[in-house]
Amino acid sequence: MAIVVNRPKLTLAERCYVPAIVAGLAITWKHLKRALFNRGIVTMQYPEEKWDANMPDWYRGAPTLVSDEHGKDRCVACQLCEFICPPRAITIKPMEIPGADRWSKVEKRPEEFDIDMTRCIYCGLCEEVCPEQAIYLRKDYSITGLNRHEMIHDKETLYKLGGVRTGLVFKWNELK
Amino acid sequence: MDTDLILHFLNIPWVFILWTTFLKSFILLNLVLGVVSVTVYAERRVSAFIQDRVGPNRVGIPLTLFGGKKDIPFFGLGQMIADPIKLLTKENFQPASVNGFYYWLAPKLVMIPPILVLAVLPFGSSLFGVQMTIADLNIGVLYIFAISSLSVYGITLAGWASNSKFPFLGGIRSSSQMISYELALGLSVVPVFMICGSLNLNAIVDWQVRNGWLVAPFWPSGFSVASLLHNPAEVIHSFIAGVSLQRVMLWIPLMISFFIFVVAIFAETNRLPFDLPEAEQELVGGYHTEYASMNFALFFLGEYAAMFAGSGAIVSLFLGGWSCPLIPDGTTGFFWGLVNILIFFAKVSMLLLFFIWVRWTLPRFRYDQLMRLGWLGFFPIALGNIFLTALILAIIHR
Repeated sequence: MAIVVNRPKLTLAERCYVPAIVAGLAITWKHLKRALFNRGIVTMQYPEEKWDANMPDWYRGAPTLVSDEHGKDRCVACQLCEFICPPRAITIKPMEIPGADRWSKVEKRPEEFDIDMTRCIYCGLCEEVCPEQAIYLRKDYSITGLNRHEMIHDKETLYKLGGVRTGLVFKWNELK
Repeated sequence: MDTDLILHFLNIPWVFILWTTFLKSFILLNLVLGVVSVTVYAERRVSAFIQDRVGPNRVGIPLTLFGGKKDIPFFGLGQMIADPIKLLTKENFQPASVNGFYYWLAPKLVMIPPILVLAVLPFGSSLFGVQMTIADLNIGVLYIFAISSLSVYGITLAGWASNSKFPFLGGIRSSSQMISYELALGLSVVPVFMICGSLNLNAIVDWQVRNGWLVAPFWPSGFSVASLLHNPAEVIHSFIAGVSLQRVMLWIPLMISFFIFVVAIFAETNRLPFDLPEAEQELVGGYHTEYASMNFALFFLGEYAAMFAGSGAIVSLFLGGWSCPLIPDGTTGFFWGLVNILIFFAKVSMLLLFFIWVRWTLPRFRYDQLMRLGWLGFFPIALGNIFLTALILAIIHR
């Protein structure tokens, strides 16, 4: 069944749209006046003001490597993150742990662990795939560098950014 | 000896006219270009404020470039210099498919007419006895219409020479829009000529100095601080006498023509709500889609210079030009001459602010609405307004 929508009959004032224009000008003038006295402005002045305090728990910032409470680096260089990384930002060179070490013949460890931050898309798949819970996406988002080389995070930087994670942390845990 | 000779030479009538005209042109042109760059900044800032944003507020004095600790933001006024530098240093890219000659000609054609219009605007009363108009033309207003309608060629040529669809549509729109609104523009000021009896902008401004601005033609003649101090009763009496039935009757057609003229100037300068030739959202950028760097900047400059010229025309025709009640003109001294120039620029700035304010308030017209408004709205009203004025003048002078 067809529905007939009647067009509203406009009054003369509505048809010549001068009152509407004046009303609109009044509204914009109100906003202009408010903003002149620095009220009602919603823009955040970025480098001085940051949104960090309001960052949600699930925020996915830069991927980092973490060590546990015993000071042991968690990564065992299984390379799963390297393989799953969609933009292939991660490059791992595994090494055997030397004989004197307690963990020799048990695990591997990365000799080099590079994440190219010009490539990283912050998808979090590396964090999800990691069996050792060694790689975490932290809340750092302002990753800058003056050249491409500076944008590659090596093992040292990654551990420094990641810090220490205590206890067994499950990925579905609220603590991140 | 030498200085005497030079002074004598400079005082020969035709030499005097020559060098004062050059000096006036030079100063006015630079002032206007300065005002244009301030307007671009103001446009960005005011639009930001209207939309509850901040706008450009960082570019100031770059002390860190010279080893300083911190830049001085200075309300972002450095943006006025930073923008032209950016546009000047960018590559002036010419697409392969364009018609080269017209492609390069078009921005200049948009830029030149508004600057030529400045020649007849009385931007001040007089300084040291020199009239503050570059050219005191008897056909001043006709000259404005003739020159400003030339800028449509620039836009149309840009649209055509770009050899691309969006600019082409923009060019077509611009030509029909400008022609339609030129009619209303020209007809709406005819009542002004009928009342003032002259096409000379200086004469029109003088009329307004004597009788009050055309939007409020009620002031008594000889209205000044001195007369107000000596016998205020008489001034008040003549004020009341000024608001006579005749004046009120004349005021009605003048307000109509003021309204139509302002709207038509909006359409002539391609400002929102009539910016169909540009129409960022539908035509990408309209006629200047294919332009980059300084070519684009010339379009920009042309638009804002046209805004200035249009505002100057509105101010001279309807808002009393350089005059302001209680402030004497330049014959009384150097200082008041400068004040008069300041008043003119202040009025123009207020109008420019109004242009910006309207732009960030109203949405764009649809094309058929634009045409209907021009041909079925303003054209007949302006035409009828002429007859109304004639009728009122006939009644008054009977």
